[in-house]
Amino acid sequence: MSTDTSPSAADAPTTPAGKAADYLDQRTSVGGAVKEFARKVFPDHWSFMLGEMALFSFVVLLLTGVFLTMFFDPSMALIEYHGDGPEAMQGQLMSVAFASTLDLSFEVRGGLLMRQIHHWAALVFMASIVVHMMRVFFTGAFRKPREINWLVGTVLMILGLAAGFSGYSLPDDVLSGNGLRITDGVVKSLPIIGSYLSYFVFGGEFPGEHIIPRLFTVHILLVPALILALIGVHLFLMVLHKHTQYPGGGRTHKNVVGYPLFPVYIAKMGGNFFIVFGILALMGATMSINNVWNYGPYDPSPIGAGAQPDWYMLFLEGSLRLMPGAGTEWVIFGYTLSLNVLIPAVVIPGLLFTFLFVYPFLEARVTGDKREHHVLDRPRNVPVRTGLGVAFLTAFVILALAGSNDLIATHFAMSLNQITWAFRILFFVGPVLGFWITKRICLGLQRKDRELVLHGHETGRIVRFANGEYIEVHRPLDEQERWLRVNYDAHKPLEIEPATDARGVKRPGYKKDKRWQKLSRFFYEDRVEPVTPAELAAAHSHGEHDEVESAQHSPELVSGAENADREH
Amino acid sequence: MKALAARRHHRAAPVVLLLLALLVTGGLYAVLAPSPATAETASTATDVEEGHRLFQANCATCHGPNAEGTPEAPSLVGVGAAAVDFQVSTGRMPMQMSGPQAAAKPPQMNPEQTAQLAAYIASLGAGPAIPTEEQVDASLGDSANGALLFRTNCAMCHNAVGAGGALSEGKWAPPLDDVSEQNLYQAMLTGPQSMPVFNDANITPDEKRDVIAYIVEQRDGSAGGISLGSLGPVSEGLWAWVVGLGLMIGAAVWIGAKSS
Repeated sequence: MSTDTSPSAADAPTTPAGKAADYLDQRTSVGGAVKEFARKVFPDHWSFMLGEMALFSFVVLLLTGVFLTMFFDPSMALIEYHGDGPEAMQGQLMSVAFASTLDLSFEVRGGLLMRQIHHWAALVFMASIVVHMMRVFFTGAFRKPREINWLVGTVLMILGLAAGFSGYSLPDDVLSGNGLRITDGVVKSLPIIGSYLSYFVFGGEFPGEHIIPRLFTVHILLVPALILALIGVHLFLMVLHKHTQYPGGGRTHKNVVGYPLFPVYIAKMGGNFFIVFGILALMGATMSINNVWNYGPYDPSPIGAGAQPDWYMLFLEGSLRLMPGAGTEWVIFGYTLSLNVLIPAVVIPGLLFTFLFVYPFLEARVTGDKREHHVLDRPRNVPVRTGLGVAFLTAFVILALAGSNDLIATHFAMSLNQITWAFRILFFVGPVLGFWITKRICLGLQRKDRELVLHGHETGRIVRFANGEYIEVHRPLDEQERWLRVNYDAHKPLEIEPATDARGVKRPGYKKDKRWQKLSRFFYEDRVEPVTPAELAAAHSHGEHDEVESAQHSPELVSGAENADREH
Repeated sequence: MKALAARRHHRAAPVVLLLLALLVTGGLYAVLAPSPATAETASTATDVEEGHRLFQANCATCHGPNAEGTPEAPSLVGVGAAAVDFQVSTGRMPMQMSGPQAAAKPPQMNPEQTAQLAAYIASLGAGPAIPTEEQVDASLGDSANGALLFRTNCAMCHNAVGAGGALSEGKWAPPLDDVSEQNLYQAMLTGPQSMPVFNDANITPDEKRDVIAYIVEQRDGSAGGISLGSLGPVSEGLWAWVVGLGLMIGAAVWIGAKSS
């Protein structure tokens, strides 16, 4: 007699873990999904872990952030401080927010460690996002079908800036207060709505009594929730599209070559998480960061030398420092137009972010390419994209350095004024030079690739023939090496329909097409075509005697093509 | 005595005797050696005389034979002993080379010569005197009040904790971490180079001592670990990239290279 309706007893799990899994599976059918995910294949490369580093720093930020919220009090009420903090803070008038920062640093056990880990994690979070974006940009991982995910990522980066800035301002110290004062100036520089918006943001005249509580809500609720949601979208799209892979033999747009999530990538990701957490904890434990008691409680009058924002906002600071003040503030009919703030703090970052948002679509348009891409580009194979990326980074780095011009002046014994002028010029010249040099290097590397494919590696072996001729023996590339160097698209500029039709009537839309073609030419006019099989065959037949010994290893490559001298 | 006699030929006996002899000699020297003359006493006419001769040999080229000043350098009549002591004891004067600002260097004059120069300049006209030890004693100051004063008067050039900062055209506000208390006081009192004068009506002597107490307190180090130069977010960002990202990318390369 048997009333057992479960699967046959032989299949029933015996271990506690197995039983628990079975219990869960019978109620949620999660087994199918787990099986699917466990078998999901990821390609292997260290640069695919950069995004993970950002994700794990964010997890650390959440964990330490939750701890900090338990002790931080975002109030701008004034109190006189008497606590365990530094001697220099005793008896000083300060906001409750600042006092609670001191308390959580000096009275809460482990509080200072948590604060320092939180701040270091924020800096590393932004840095790993930037490096991750660089990897995605330079390898062309933003191409179809991943354009939307690039946009999500860019928004995440901007949200990271918002999270960082709002958090940096919370302790209400002199340094962050100065940052808020600059923010106020930037808001006020907006034409027409500026003053109203500033009163709206600060709840009255700067600094008011509302900004810290408001930033607190932004910092612990609004921005983290948005970041979490978008990380969800980001990861969902990554799983949906499957991961991109670097080019190589056997890797196509239709497969993913790598290892399954379980057990290989679970172990690698888990390990990476602990490494990231460990490094951040080490930094938090040994390197002091943002000692707010050095700066003191906020008061609008003082400012310290070396007042700068955290590194990811440094480009804005630099942009403001570079802008000449004289003659750039106009008064029109009694209304002030502060171009000296508007241009560096709104227009310049606007241009930089716009570039990030539109680039994938721009490149797709000038390439005329509607295919899906799952194999990454080698940066050298798309010289203009790589050059534009370097130009962008050059501008960003020059602005960040300009934001540190006072420290450059003191540490390298230079004149602040001369540095500022040098950066003013470099901001325009540097990106152009960066673009041009990078493009040239890419084209050079591509030519080197061609050379390698056609003639093989130099072996350093010199052979003398019976007739007295000396040659160096070249070793042909193996299949993998060759595949890597010939398997790419050298896009050509767009070809457009003629200006007039067969009857000589002007074609509508011709001018627009012409403009796109011009841009396309900028991208793809200079290009190095990959070696074709015919060229390879020709080269090998030409250099037949080079391969006196190695030819037998790849006999299919040697043929009696006629145009042997085409390449020479 | 018998036990001592028995050990007379012990192997270590010569070494012990030698050590004892050295100890006695050293002790006697310490007791009997002449103590160095204290230069704190009021200057004498000889000091002024000597100072004048030192001045003519080392300073007169720029400041004029009677310290009346030349187009190259200011008159020193009335700058007081404090200014001389600051400039000479930090090595700023005699000036190494002309430039945006006189750089501190190992002092060229010994304390006695410095005192003689100060006595000579002080004899030319009334000016701020060298502060007493009590005036510059950091332990008597209130560092909390010093922090307030420092923030409103000093931090904009010298950085919030005195790590130094840049001024225009290659000039700079030097870091204060290894400046002596006496020099700190003198700098506030006399306003050397680009620095404004904070006279006793502006910042009282007690307040000056509070500022010194604040600066000295910064030398105890940072509660959170390595101070990274106390230079603020730029150095923090640099280290986040170098240490944080550097280690993480190194680890990622290692994980990526691990055979799967």
